[in-house]
Amino acid sequence: MLAVTKKNRDFHRISPVGNAIFHAIAGLFTFACVFPFVFVIIISFTDESTLARNGYSLFPEKWSLEAYRYILLTGEQLFRSYGVTIFVTVVGTIVSMVFIALFAYAISRKSFKYRNFFSFLAFFTMLFNGGLVPTYIVVTQLLDLKDTVWALILPMAVNAFYIMIMRTFFVTSVPDAIIESGKIDGASEFRIFTTLVLPLSLPGLATIGLFSTLGYWNDWFNALLYIDDPGLVPLQSMLMRIENSMSFLLQNTSNASINAGILQSLPQDTSRMAMVVLATGPIVLAYPFFQRYFIQGLTIGAVKE
Amino acid sequence: MSAVRRLFKDLNANKAMLLMVLPATVWFLIFSYLPMAGLVIAFKEYRYSRDGFLASILNSAWVGFENFKFLFSTNDAWIITRNTVLYNVVFIVLGLLLAVGMAIVLSEIVNKKLAKVYQTGMFLPHFLSWVIVGYFVFSFLSFDRGVLNQLMEALGLERTQWYADPEPWPIIIVLVNLWKSVGYSSVIYLAAITGFDKSLYEAAMIDGANKWQQIRRITIPLLIPIMTIMTLLNIGRIFYADFGLFFQVPRDSGALYSVTNVIDTYVYRGLTTTGEIGMSTAAGFYQSIIGFLLVITSNYIVRKINKDNALF
Repeated sequence: MLAVTKKNRDFHRISPVGNAIFHAIAGLFTFACVFPFVFVIIISFTDESTLARNGYSLFPEKWSLEAYRYILLTGEQLFRSYGVTIFVTVVGTIVSMVFIALFAYAISRKSFKYRNFFSFLAFFTMLFNGGLVPTYIVVTQLLDLKDTVWALILPMAVNAFYIMIMRTFFVTSVPDAIIESGKIDGASEFRIFTTLVLPLSLPGLATIGLFSTLGYWNDWFNALLYIDDPGLVPLQSMLMRIENSMSFLLQNTSNASINAGILQSLPQDTSRMAMVVLATGPIVLAYPFFQRYFIQGLTIGAVKE
Repeated sequence: MSAVRRLFKDLNANKAMLLMVLPATVWFLIFSYLPMAGLVIAFKEYRYSRDGFLASILNSAWVGFENFKFLFSTNDAWIITRNTVLYNVVFIVLGLLLAVGMAIVLSEIVNKKLAKVYQTGMFLPHFLSWVIVGYFVFSFLSFDRGVLNQLMEALGLERTQWYADPEPWPIIIVLVNLWKSVGYSSVIYLAAITGFDKSLYEAAMIDGANKWQQIRRITIPLLIPIMTIMTLLNIGRIFYADFGLFFQVPRDSGALYSVTNVIDTYVYRGLTTTGEIGMSTAAGFYQSIIGFLLVITSNYIVRKINKDNALF
C-alpha cells in the first residue's frame, strides 16, 4: 500500500482535469490583474494619429516612441515630480522607521514602567480618530504646513498598526537574555538598541520600511489636500492633475519655444500613458523581489504577541 | 518617600525609554489627539480667524447639534451611509468568497513554480495607486477611445458615456475593488493553508476522500476561524470607505455622485468644494463614533470566538 502511494505521488494531487481547471481560473485572474498594465504600456508606444483614428488598441497599426521623446524634451514637471516623490519617499521612510522602531521597542520592554500607557496611547488611534476636517485644520492652521514638503511627509509618518507589528517582532525575535547581557556589559539602553536589537530585527524593519516606501510612493491624498505649488507636486498627484488635459504640464514648462503648431501635434493621450508607465515602472520592477517581505509582514500582522 | 519624589525617581529610571517614545508620542498628540479635540468644530459654526488655530475654534459660536440636524435633514446623510455600508457589505462577502476560493485554487495547483507566478501577478494591483488604477479603468471606459466602447460598436451597439451614466457604476466599483484586493487577501488564506497539518489530508486520502471532499471537509472548516476574524475586522471598518476607489476611479464625476458618494468623499467635498466645515466635521464625527462602536463590538465578538485573534 505504502509503496504504491510513494511511487505515484498522486497522493495529494488533484485529477489532471481538475488541475487544468484550476490553472485556467488562476491563469485568467492573473491575466486580468496584469493585463491593464501591459495595455497601458502598449498605448504609450502607439502612434498618436493611429490612436485618434482607432482608439486604444492591443495591436496598434503604427508604433511610436514619440510619447517618450516628448516627455524627455518637455517633461520638466515629470522630472520635478519624480524628485519630489523620491525625496518624500526616502525622508518619509527614514523618519517613519526611526519613530516607529523607537516607540515599538520601548513598549516591547517589560522593564519600561509606562509601557501600558504608551501602548494604549498608540493603540487608541486605531479605534478612534478626529477625521479629515480637524486634521486638515491642524496641519494647515496650527502647523502651517500647506505647500511645504513636510505636509507630504509628517501626516503619514507614524502608524499605530506598524507599531503593533514591530512590537510583536521585537517581543518574538529578540531574547531578553541578549538585552540582559548587554546591560551586564554596561551598555546604555540606546547602545543595546542600536548594536544588539536592531541587527536582530532586520526582517521586521524591512517589512515596515517597505510598507512605508510603498505608502509614500503611492500617496496622492496629502498632495491633493495640502499642495498647490507645482514645484512640490509628487508623481501620483501630477498624474491626477494632468488626467484630463495637458494644460498643467504646459503651464509649468519653462520651454517657451512651444508654439501653436507643436501644441496642436502634442501626443496627448500617449504621453499621459507614458507618464503612467514611468511613474509605476520602479514599483512594478522592484516588487517581485520584495514580495516575500510583504507577505511576511502581512502574516506577522495577523498574528499577535 | 513623597509621591513627587517617587515619580521623579521613576521617570529618571525610565529616562532612556521615555526618550525613545518621545518622537512618536509628540506625533500622536499633534496628528491624532489634537484632531480628536478638534471634533468640537462639529458643534460650532466654524469661522476662520486670522489669529490662528485656537482663536478660530474659540471664536466660533456654539450651535449645539445644528450641524448634525442639518446633515440628517438632507438626503445626503442617507445616500452616503447607504453607499458606504452597502458597498462594504458586497466587498466583504464577494471578497471573502473569491479570496478563499483563489487561495484554495493556488494551494492545489500541482506546479508550484507556476502557482508562485500566479500569486505574484495577482498581488500586482495591490502595489498600484488608485490614480494609476483610475487610468487603467479609463483606458477601458473612455468614450471615444475606450476598449469597451470599441467592442460595443463592433457588436453594433451604441457607445456609452460611462462617466455620465450612474447605472453600471455599482458593478464597476465592485469589480475594480475586487480586482485590486483579492490577490492581496488570498495571501493570508494561502499562508494559513500552507500551515495546515498534511497528515489530515493523508488520512482522508486513505479513507478514500477525493480532493473535492478534502477541500470541503478539511480545508474550509480549518479556514473558518481566520475567515471569521477577517470578516469581523472588516465589519468593524464598514463605515469607512476607500477614498481613492470612490474618488479616482469615477474621476470625481458629478453625474455619478448618487452611486459613488460615500462618507469619506462627502466629508472631503464638504471641506474643499462646498466649504461646509461644520457639517463636514459632523459627518466625520458620525463616521468616527459609529466606526468606533463597530470596532469595539466586532472585537468583542472575535474575543469570544478566539482570544488570540482579537485586536485587543
